[in-house]
Amino acid sequence: MDNTFHPLFYSFHFYLFGLIGIASALLFVTRKSPVAAALWLVNVMFCLAALYLMLDAQFIGAIQVLVYAGAIMVVFLFVVMLLNLGHPSELADIRGNGGRLAAGAVGLALLAEVAVLTRARFPAQLTPKAAAALAQVDQPGGVIAPIADALFREHLLAFELTSILLLTAIAGAVVLGRKRGAADAR
Amino acid sequence: MTYDLAVPSQLLAALLPDLTLMGGAILLLLAAAWRPESDTHQRLIGRGAMALVVLTMGSVIATALRGATVTDGPIAMDGFRWTMDLVILLGALGTIAISTEQHARDGIKHPESHVLVLFAASGMMILAAARDLMVIFLGIEIMSVAVYVLAGLNRRSARAAEGALKYFLLGAFATGFLLYGMALIYGATGETRLQEIVTALIRHSLALDPMFLIGMGLLLIGLAFKVAAVPFHMWAPDVYDGAPAPIAGFMAASVKAAAFATFLRIWYETFYSVYGLWANAVAWVAIITMVVGNVVALSQTNIKRMLAYSSIVHSGYLLVAVTAGTAVASGAVAFYLMAYTLATLGAFAVVGAMQPVGETDAPIASYEGLWTVRPWLAVGMAIYLLAFLGFPVFGGMGFFAKWYLLSAAIASPGRLVLISVIVVLTSVISAGYYLSIIRAMFMKPRAADAPEIPAAGPLTRTVLVVAAVLIVALGILPGQITPLTARSGFAPHPVDPTLLSIPAQP
Repeated sequence: MDNTFHPLFYSFHFYLFGLIGIASALLFVTRKSPVAAALWLVNVMFCLAALYLMLDAQFIGAIQVLVYAGAIMVVFLFVVMLLNLGHPSELADIRGNGGRLAAGAVGLALLAEVAVLTRARFPAQLTPKAAAALAQVDQPGGVIAPIADALFREHLLAFELTSILLLTAIAGAVVLGRKRGAADAR
Repeated sequence: MTYDLAVPSQLLAALLPDLTLMGGAILLLLAAAWRPESDTHQRLIGRGAMALVVLTMGSVIATALRGATVTDGPIAMDGFRWTMDLVILLGALGTIAISTEQHARDGIKHPESHVLVLFAASGMMILAAARDLMVIFLGIEIMSVAVYVLAGLNRRSARAAEGALKYFLLGAFATGFLLYGMALIYGATGETRLQEIVTALIRHSLALDPMFLIGMGLLLIGLAFKVAAVPFHMWAPDVYDGAPAPIAGFMAASVKAAAFATFLRIWYETFYSVYGLWANAVAWVAIITMVVGNVVALSQTNIKRMLAYSSIVHSGYLLVAVTAGTAVASGAVAFYLMAYTLATLGAFAVVGAMQPVGETDAPIASYEGLWTVRPWLAVGMAIYLLAFLGFPVFGGMGFFAKWYLLSAAIASPGRLVLISVIVVLTSVISAGYYLSIIRAMFMKPRAADAPEIPAAGPLTRTVLVVAAVLIVALGILPGQITPLTARSGFAPHPVDPTLLSIPAQP
């Protein structure tokens, strides 16, 4: 979203998502229940994704939701639940019927929003800038090409070193995680 | 010839030694996982790892002799990189040699431990070369992640677990500082390459931009953690105490060498243009580190903790060279780290050899009368301690290391006379604890109930002898290595008078 043609719209959403993000981050580090903390972290990730979208980085925004909020947080929650760290009574921050009703209302509102957005069409008359931005997205490569260029050309070395870092971490985790008695038993 | 780092194939050629080590380490990791862990397998992988390190050393020397240069990019190719690579690989070689035998005694059977040393060493080699904040960060992390695991290798010891956890938590905390600092510097200048940060600083006169200043301060804190400078040193004694002796030696020698390599690289190539901003801060960290480290070391009763404080003190000495900021000073750092690595390897090899099986406590009292039972161990330890002290002739290389450092500090544009005097005075304090161990070894009788000291294995003995001989020989023949030292330096970015006109005089 270009901030030159709707400055108020832009800054309103910047502060909105920025403040929600910071508040969620604070809640994330202050919650006692690991499940609630993890869910607040998901919220932080969503806010970051929204900020990326506002920077015209749609691909990064989508990846942010898929990888962080989706994959990594689900693994977090799986580990928490498998380790049985959370007690059912402490899992939720929202308690009582009022909270349930509010949560249900938010859920319905979100559903309605999805329904409306799937039916939405672009207006026939776009401002020239918006049309140009749309054309850029439609080009071959689109918004992904600049990321690929930085990742595989300019910062190729850093990208490859990351794989060595991950391999080292995996090898280290295996060394530490192996059962102490396994070697002695043989 | 000049490598163009924008071309992937030439980037690979410029990274040949690093890639040799990484590729070999991956193959060894597969070999380590191929068979169930046992002592023989651990020794076999250890041998393979040593062979790989020697091969990498050959590759470093071959690449260095080709004398290639690079265009501005994420890595450097200069004498400093090659010398630091050799220092790091020497540390890794000695560590693996000692630990194959030491692990057998401690009942550690993971063959992967040697591979982790190799991965750590590859991260360190990246640090010696890196000229890009992102690459520097990844190098630090590859090194740290491997070393966190190595610190907790002894699963039978509660102390090792405590030390490893403490190291991991504080290390992660320090990484936070480091990364935040890098992010703020990127935010202020829009660049991650060291040289381009300077260009951006000059073009937009950003030197007094608060975002840049805070970023630089956070980077200083993060790196001070990694080199264990006071007041960010608290983890070092506990971690060295808990870790197996060879690994503690690796942390004290190679991790510090690599951290200083990148410290020097960042400070010389980027921040030297704003010398006046940080000179006092770094000088004060150096002074506090020297004074506190030495005074606290005097009261230690455990040899590993004493050596930990001694390594903290050496960080203080090396920080003086960071403040000096000349090509000569960077060569002096490379020489100092070579001497320090040899002495540290030797000292921790002795500590490992002296340690009764299954016990991690290493009281200094157990060294009393060592001369009467294991004379060569005592002689070796005396040489390493004198090298730490910087004693002439018997301390060999250690004396010249301090000599180069002091002359570089005094000849630097900042004329660091006061701080050089502090280096000498605190060295005198350090004689108090180094010499008291030597006195205990040679002049006190062996206690009747002192435990039997098992004979050191052939590899440990080789490391002890080679370290001692190199220290003494290079101390007697400094003329042969002075030209090499001069070529191991790299020139800092000149101070930019338009950025700041604050004269620096700590």
